[in-house]
Amino acid sequence: MQLNSKVPNGPIQGKWDKHRFDMKLVNPANKRRYKVIIVGTGLAGASAGASLAQMGYEVDCFCFQDSARRAHSIAAQGGINAAKNYQNDGDSVYRLFYDTVKGGDFRAREANVYRLAEISASIIDQCVALGVPFAREYSGYLANRSFGGTQVSRTFYARGQTGQQLLLGAYSALSREVALGRAKVNSRSEMVDLVVHGGRARGIIVRDLVTGELTAHSADAVVLATGGYSNVFYLSTNAKGCNATAIWRAHRKGALFANPCFTQIHPTCIPVAGEHQSKLTLMSESLRNDGRIWVPKKKGDTRPAAQIPEAERDYYLERKYPAFGNLVPRDVASRNAKEVCDGGRGVGPGGLGVYLDFAEAIGRLGENVIRERYGNLFEMYDRITAEDPYRQPMRIYPAIHYAMGGLWVDYNLMSNLEGLHVIGEANFSDHGANRLGASALMQGLADGYFVLPYTIGDTLARMSPADRLKPDHPAFTEALDEAKERGRRLLGINGKRTVDSFHRELGKLLWDNCGMARSKESLTEALARIPQIREEFWANVKVPGGASELNQSLEQAGRVADFMELSELLCRDALTREESCGGHFRVEHQTEEGEAQRDDANFSHAAAWEFTGADTAPILHKEPLEFEYVHPAQRSYK
Amino acid sequence: MKLTLRIWRQDGPRDKGKFVAYPVDDVAEDMSFLEMLDVLNERLTLKGERPVAFDSDCREGICGACGFMVSGVAHGPQKLTTACQLFMRHFKDGETVVVEPFRARALPVLKDLIIDRSALDAIVQAGGFISARTGSAPEANAMLIAKPVADRSMDAAACIGCGACIAACPNASAMLFTAAKVSHLGLLPQGQPERRQRALRMVAKMNELGFGGCSNHGECEAACPKGISIDFIARLNRDYLSGSLFEKPEPLSSV
Repeated sequence: MQLNSKVPNGPIQGKWDKHRFDMKLVNPANKRRYKVIIVGTGLAGASAGASLAQMGYEVDCFCFQDSARRAHSIAAQGGINAAKNYQNDGDSVYRLFYDTVKGGDFRAREANVYRLAEISASIIDQCVALGVPFAREYSGYLANRSFGGTQVSRTFYARGQTGQQLLLGAYSALSREVALGRAKVNSRSEMVDLVVHGGRARGIIVRDLVTGELTAHSADAVVLATGGYSNVFYLSTNAKGCNATAIWRAHRKGALFANPCFTQIHPTCIPVAGEHQSKLTLMSESLRNDGRIWVPKKKGDTRPAAQIPEAERDYYLERKYPAFGNLVPRDVASRNAKEVCDGGRGVGPGGLGVYLDFAEAIGRLGENVIRERYGNLFEMYDRITAEDPYRQPMRIYPAIHYAMGGLWVDYNLMSNLEGLHVIGEANFSDHGANRLGASALMQGLADGYFVLPYTIGDTLARMSPADRLKPDHPAFTEALDEAKERGRRLLGINGKRTVDSFHRELGKLLWDNCGMARSKESLTEALARIPQIREEFWANVKVPGGASELNQSLEQAGRVADFMELSELLCRDALTREESCGGHFRVEHQTEEGEAQRDDANFSHAAAWEFTGADTAPILHKEPLEFEYVHPAQRSYK
Repeated sequence: MKLTLRIWRQDGPRDKGKFVAYPVDDVAEDMSFLEMLDVLNERLTLKGERPVAFDSDCREGICGACGFMVSGVAHGPQKLTTACQLFMRHFKDGETVVVEPFRARALPVLKDLIIDRSALDAIVQAGGFISARTGSAPEANAMLIAKPVADRSMDAAACIGCGACIAACPNASAMLFTAAKVSHLGLLPQGQPERRQRALRMVAKMNELGFGGCSNHGECEAACPKGISIDFIARLNRDYLSGSLFEKPEPLSSV
């Protein structure tokens, strides 16, 4: 299989413009004859749904939540980047492009990243027009803040609820299209399979989560906007319902899965409290703007923070990275936290935590300023831990947060399957091996508002609505039968362990063996263990209830079954990538100072895997990455 | 600590439903309420019983998916807190806790603690938006918005659409939910052109869906996990009144 990224020729500054002109257009009168299915209603899905419906396409959206407004984008706190240069601090499209390629540790496609930076400014305009109440200065102009990994202030925010407000903006735009009859939203509807016929995506199989009914939906194009797969680790900052089923089912049907080992660990999360823990809570990265990270200099120092004098504290990020200090990118901050905890200097229960201290900032700026900036986050922390961060430092620890990997897509955001587009976190995206803070919201909305609406036209213009399959075509009935059979099988095992117990076991194995640090040994061990867990799952899981009812255990069982297969690919990719880059840290490949060491000669590519069967080895395809503009160098934040 | 949970069990929308008592013996203080239900559900599953169905997603208090009555109070005893962020340290050893779904005619029970809130989507679809076609937006800083106005708008926009206000209201009114959206958009300059029509359409939809009227009990504000102020209902009333006086309800148009 030859991977064609379809990146246009010419200088990077003109590629997107040229491409928009070169792409075919669908005649306005014909648009309503084309039907597009969008799975997922987060930032990418909702903004794409609204935009495509406005253009005149027939749009059918699906989400597993009870309302499109609840997609996990809503939980993003910190902000959204845009190269507006409102702060007159030297920002530009080129700088945002440069920062993103460098931040991604030179494992992203340059042309895509440049387009993302180019579009970023229009996103802010669009969101403001839709009524997103971004933070303002007293002058009435939009406010900005700086965010981890950059030296300019280009982040727009709405208190600590930026994702919520951006999503409600896209959701309201989509709601208007629903009222006008141009879009439909099917909530409590989960995609359980992709239907492919003749090498083209034809539609999806959906389970109604209230009645359990399985139905076939046919369209001219299918768009997956189903988010990331961090929940493969069981404990992550993702919402409980986030899952990989849509992209994994598409992968099983032929879509290539790229860079699964690029998972991001967020440095500022609330540490685990106990066995019952169901998920982890992120504390926005923006806290690092004012909070100082430290641990005691002495091993095993169990004194309360207030009793540890200044001289006995190690502000290790400020010490090691004087230029960026506490604002180093996420992968660097996370790895350093692990290092000090592994060295026995962690704080809190189990020693798995570091302090994030606001005492200095409160002293310098006053409690009111800190309250204004982070009040809701401090309350949230207090509510969960019963500790007051105005009086004592927060305890934080890294947790899985975001998946840079995902389905492989070309410059048009189309997978290798004709008619299957993948947007937002679900694709292997523009973030390379590490995502910078406040860039996920930017990418989701860029894909949905301003990229896909054009590029999908190019796909649709090449096909005729007359070729759309009827939902009773054998390709659909076969997929329906398979989905029914799978449900029957899960319900019929009636073993002795719950779905969650398997998920927890899998997650812990992944976190220990394929988390912040990975080695040949740990990965080989995981690859031996996962098939055993998978086998036990299919022999010993207990899924109560029936198929034709609201059955949350059955929903979860299907998702965990897919995580089992995905986790194996994740470890295999991590084992194959014999280098360290971004979120992927192989202990065998580090510099003398313990920083990630890339191997550009052998691994400057996107690793796109082809599914060959649950028990057979996948085939690796490589898309070489070329860096014409930003020249790969050892990332330095010192 | 030990607790007794009396949980509403209902198989489906047409089932009558009843309370069932479940003793839970080893509740840890740093468990969230939902984590305690997770633990209960694991046990019920292993015993061959049907686990308790409840909605939840982000478990950070922002998505609005969770919510039920905890001993008669929407989202439980802690102020400004969703059920997922309610921790067990707020309960006493030996306590009996009654757990039942939000109840309102317009939000019917689907199963156990899960309700159908699609009526809230329908209210937003009726007018809870600014019509701004993708691509038509002017430069963001071309329009200045005074900070206090933007902040006030944000206060209203913080609504998570959980439905607690409706469950708490003796009339099962959706006025606070609707008022929050009308105020969020109506306070902003971008929201002015459609301001009156928005209020007219959303209120009409609210009435059509079987929500009750507002008689100023104020229970909605007290139950709201995001602290949305009842003052916004006054704004909604004003927009609705001026809409009724000066404009006719017009159908939504794509142009």
